[in-house]
Amino acid sequence: MSTTTTRTGAAAGATADYLDQRTGIGTAVKTFARKIFPDHWSFLLGEIALFSLVVLIISGVFLTMFFVPSMAETHYEGPWAAMNGVEMSEAFASTLRLSFEVRGGLLMRQIHHWAALLFMAAIVTHMMRVFFTGAFRKPREINWVVGFVLLILGLAAGFSGYSLPDDVLSGNGLRITDGVVRSIPIIGSYLSYFIFGGEFPGQDLIPRLFTVHVLLVPGLILALVGLHLLLVVLHKHTQYPGSGRTDTNVVGYPLFPTYTAKAGGFFFLVFAVIALMAATMTINPVWNYGPYDPSPVSAGAQPDWYMLFLEGALRLMPGAGTEWVIGGYTLSLNVLIPAVVVPGILFTVLAVWPFVEAAATGDKREHHVLDRPRNAPFRTAMGVAILTAFTVLVLAGSNDIIGAQFSMSINDIIEVFRVLFFVLPVLAFWITKRICLGLQRKDRELVLHGHETGRIVRFAHGEYIEVHRPLDEHERWLLVQHEARRPLEIEPAEDSRGVRRKGYGRDRLLQRLSRLFYEDRVEPVTPAELAAAHSHGEHDTIAAPERNESTRLVGTATGGSGSQEGSATGAVGGGQHLVEPETGNPETDARNR
Amino acid sequence: MSMQHNPVPGNTEAVEVHRDGGHYPDRFENPGLEEHRPRLGDVDPAANKRAERQIVALFLVSLLGTIVFIAAYFVVPLGDTPESMQRSNFFLGLGLFLSLFGIGAAAVHWAKALMNDHERAEERHPQRSSDENRAGAIQALKDGAEDSGIGRRGVLKGAFASALAIFPLTIALPLIGEVGEDWDVSKFKHTWWKKGTKLALDPSGEPIKAADVTIGSVFHVIPEDLHEAEHPLDEKAKAVVLLIRMDPRDLRSEQGEGWSYDGIVAFSKICTHVGCPVALYEQQTHHLLCPCHQSTFDVADGAKVVFGPANRPLPQLPIEVDDEGYIVAQSDFHEPVGPSYWERLK
Amino acid sequence: MKALAARRHHRYAPAVLLLLALLLTGGLYAVLAPQVADAAPAAAGSDDIATGEKIFQANCATCHGPSAEGTDAAPSLVGVGAASVDFQVGTGRMPMQANGPQAPAKEVQFTDEQVEQLAAFVASLGAGPSVPSEEMVDPAAGDVANGMALFRTNCAMCHNAVGAGGALSEGKWAPSVVETSPRHIYEAMLTGPQSMPVFNDANLSPEEKRDIIAYIDAQREPSPGGIKLGSLGPVSEGVWIWLVGIGLLIGTSVWIGARSS
Repeated sequence: MSTTTTRTGAAAGATADYLDQRTGIGTAVKTFARKIFPDHWSFLLGEIALFSLVVLIISGVFLTMFFVPSMAETHYEGPWAAMNGVEMSEAFASTLRLSFEVRGGLLMRQIHHWAALLFMAAIVTHMMRVFFTGAFRKPREINWVVGFVLLILGLAAGFSGYSLPDDVLSGNGLRITDGVVRSIPIIGSYLSYFIFGGEFPGQDLIPRLFTVHVLLVPGLILALVGLHLLLVVLHKHTQYPGSGRTDTNVVGYPLFPTYTAKAGGFFFLVFAVIALMAATMTINPVWNYGPYDPSPVSAGAQPDWYMLFLEGALRLMPGAGTEWVIGGYTLSLNVLIPAVVVPGILFTVLAVWPFVEAAATGDKREHHVLDRPRNAPFRTAMGVAILTAFTVLVLAGSNDIIGAQFSMSINDIIEVFRVLFFVLPVLAFWITKRICLGLQRKDRELVLHGHETGRIVRFAHGEYIEVHRPLDEHERWLLVQHEARRPLEIEPAEDSRGVRRKGYGRDRLLQRLSRLFYEDRVEPVTPAELAAAHSHGEHDTIAAPERNESTRLVGTATGGSGSQEGSATGAVGGGQHLVEPETGNPETDARNR
Repeated sequence: MSMQHNPVPGNTEAVEVHRDGGHYPDRFENPGLEEHRPRLGDVDPAANKRAERQIVALFLVSLLGTIVFIAAYFVVPLGDTPESMQRSNFFLGLGLFLSLFGIGAAAVHWAKALMNDHERAEERHPQRSSDENRAGAIQALKDGAEDSGIGRRGVLKGAFASALAIFPLTIALPLIGEVGEDWDVSKFKHTWWKKGTKLALDPSGEPIKAADVTIGSVFHVIPEDLHEAEHPLDEKAKAVVLLIRMDPRDLRSEQGEGWSYDGIVAFSKICTHVGCPVALYEQQTHHLLCPCHQSTFDVADGAKVVFGPANRPLPQLPIEVDDEGYIVAQSDFHEPVGPSYWERLK
Repeated sequence: MKALAARRHHRYAPAVLLLLALLLTGGLYAVLAPQVADAAPAAAGSDDIATGEKIFQANCATCHGPSAEGTDAAPSLVGVGAASVDFQVGTGRMPMQANGPQAPAKEVQFTDEQVEQLAAFVASLGAGPSVPSEEMVDPAAGDVANGMALFRTNCAMCHNAVGAGGALSEGKWAPSVVETSPRHIYEAMLTGPQSMPVFNDANLSPEEKRDIIAYIDAQREPSPGGIKLGSLGPVSEGVWIWLVGIGLLIGTSVWIGARSS
């Protein structure tokens, strides 16, 4: 037994020596092996995307062994009775063959498609996490943009792959694409010829899509994923606020072995979930749809979920009066607005958000501790508003399914959604912002007055009072660690000599933007406020130990200079609470760990 | 412009709590890492051993899964019925799932239960390079530029830039020239229909007699001679037509005088919105619904749009009946079929 | 309730919630999934026009008129034929509960014999399509591949690629045909009930109708890929990737990220 170990050890040592002499890998291992990664479930969302990409590549390579990317006509002969003798393209026939005649082929196809849906879903949830926690702030703006481009590439990969089997469902999707492309002013028709190699559907599309799907887009995705991860390593991972976490450190577990095991294990679990779905749930049964033919279409003609919002936008747009003829040229606003303008706005907002927020905040510092979403009410509310609009579009894109399943009229659903598309995001914004501010006030309240204990004490003079238990310092730190971001203050329009300052207009604009972000806010409790709150209750205190007195000194109880509604309300009302003696000693607890 | 900067949290450590009253720090102090709480396995050797056994069991699950997969591959035939295909897919997938799940769950459980779980802190450094390095970088670039002499040689610079700028044309020109076939976008305006082309059933290609089309019927129609086209699918994509017969009294309007025959009307099946086949004909309301975006057309009223995102009526195909009683086209469509595009009316 | 509140921060709470959500969704689906009434095929029997007329006067005449000539509320039944009666009454669509463009299938109100008698009476009013024979609707005799080609050109746009049904305008819908009996499918094509257009024998020959029936019959077999997810296409696949895929994996993430006890 021991000899085997020694022999293995010696072999490993020799290999390491061989490699290091030629690559100097020792330095890299020394640097990275014990690199610290913070631990949180939401940090694994991006890993789901990464791992489903790996699964996509593995299953995709398998599929290319059997798939024939050709639009040449053939007649199917095989075990699937409903397709026997039917004329179809080589692409469709080979999809049937790899599904029904290759053992494990159908499993791989379903793994590939489920992984694709999961890939996009994970990208979106990961992006939501990054957005709501402010992880895109300096120095990570560039990485946000990289991630954003990956989202777009993911859409391109999904759409090009979805169309490859050359079935009726995806073929109608391509036809819609053709219609949308044609609506683009001036170059539309030519762009359509560019894509299809002539008129729709032509003979070139499947081979072209195949190259896009297996070479161009995955190549770009892999390159950008590499960059994305490189930047993560370079920046070191963000961390949630908490005791001991600062912008100048990163707290967590080492890459080797803890993260190697957790992330490595997670890869297998992601793959396992996909495999389980592929084993039990049919996805994209192209044998039901049949080979592409421009005439048929089936009810429930929808794209995969990540394109549904476009479908929904197209359905919501009223057609009457939205096609304009200007000087003999046709401008199809009924197509352009939902299919080009709406996604254009959505994607632009996503891409530029970090830069807009940085401008509004006027902050040039690096941020590595994440925001709790409630502490950035405007951002959180905007995020929820965007998601709400997106969801309305997705539901509008599914309205016939909703209508058929729940016995509703598709016309009514559309009419209602036309209104909701504008109303719900505003409502969602307002409600979310109120909830965020409310949660912040609750945090203040908790810091100032502690937990309610349910213990009621009666004083000699008859007054009843509930005893409150103060927060321990770790609990408190979480609630007070954030900074109150305030609107920008700018220099006046004219300098001391009354000369109009250059650049004032721009500053003014920035200030307006900044007010939009930070006008309404609740500031975290300051030590002075806490002391004031405690001192109000001092006469109620039951035998507070001497050493805690320092925290109950009377202070000037005003909040920050520009404090608004919340900070004012939060500071009052400390009088009627009993404070239980703190158990720890704040001075010794503070540091020395 | 003066921006108001908020205090840097890292600096709060410098501020001390003043006990003499009156002055407090602006912010609370970061209390530092919480104390490590030992896990059950850290203090109880039995729990530790139990966790190890669980991990071993999970790896065994994975081994079992791989065996299930291999067995399923050889033992469960793919067959040629949906049941046998489903069985094969299920057992292969189940094996794969167990095989992967065992490894994944074991590794994670190992990391969580047995590996050191003491949190560690690592310092971060600002991304910005040091001033010294920045100066060095600038100097390196300056030196390089100096060596190349590009600053002094203006013509050279121009020649270099123009050569680089236009060489991609060598790749782009043939690509753009060839990728769109002949670039003749006027083909959008014509379909396979000509005067006298018989309307035939899709997909069989049987010509249709007017007498066969009873009231309330809908026929999915292609030109009888479609198969003669060089690329039948391309032509079919433009030429598909829906043939409907209704009570002539219900027909309120049509797009051209005499384009219908005794309540039989023919409309392009290609939606004027983005080109889906509009095919859901509701016999009682005479409404045609597009399943893709739900544009609704009133066939009894010249296929005008009554709901949805389409703007224009579906183009009507003028039809008549020939001597043998077959329905034939009077001509091609009088306007381009399908979605709108920039030069549609030119 | 208090115990519940105390446990909502428990680290298994998300997993439990997810499980509940899944169960709820499944339960809701089971409850809300469209149910198709079983329509038992009628055995051949003798025509009893007189009995049929009695049944008609008692159950149908209010809307269709005492001599089935039609009223403002309902169409004339002269010339609709026995096939129409057998479909409308045999699937429970008639008598209707409330007047409207959609007559939903429901519990059949009459015995097979009564349906036959009613059909015989209506058929006696004027020539119309008759009930097809067993052999005309035998799925085993049809060509599934030809049925597929015809189905997707003529039927799939409303009834979905495999007949799972779909929405029409203004709250009407094309029902699922997967559980419909071959005879009723045939009669529906022949007579064009409610919103459905008529597919006469020139449009779809009797053999072609049988091919379509064979194709629909093949859809009752399981799917090679596993559960069919309602055969509703990408929308239901999207729902399931979020519920099961993202759901399970977020649950897993929470497990990985949680401290071991």
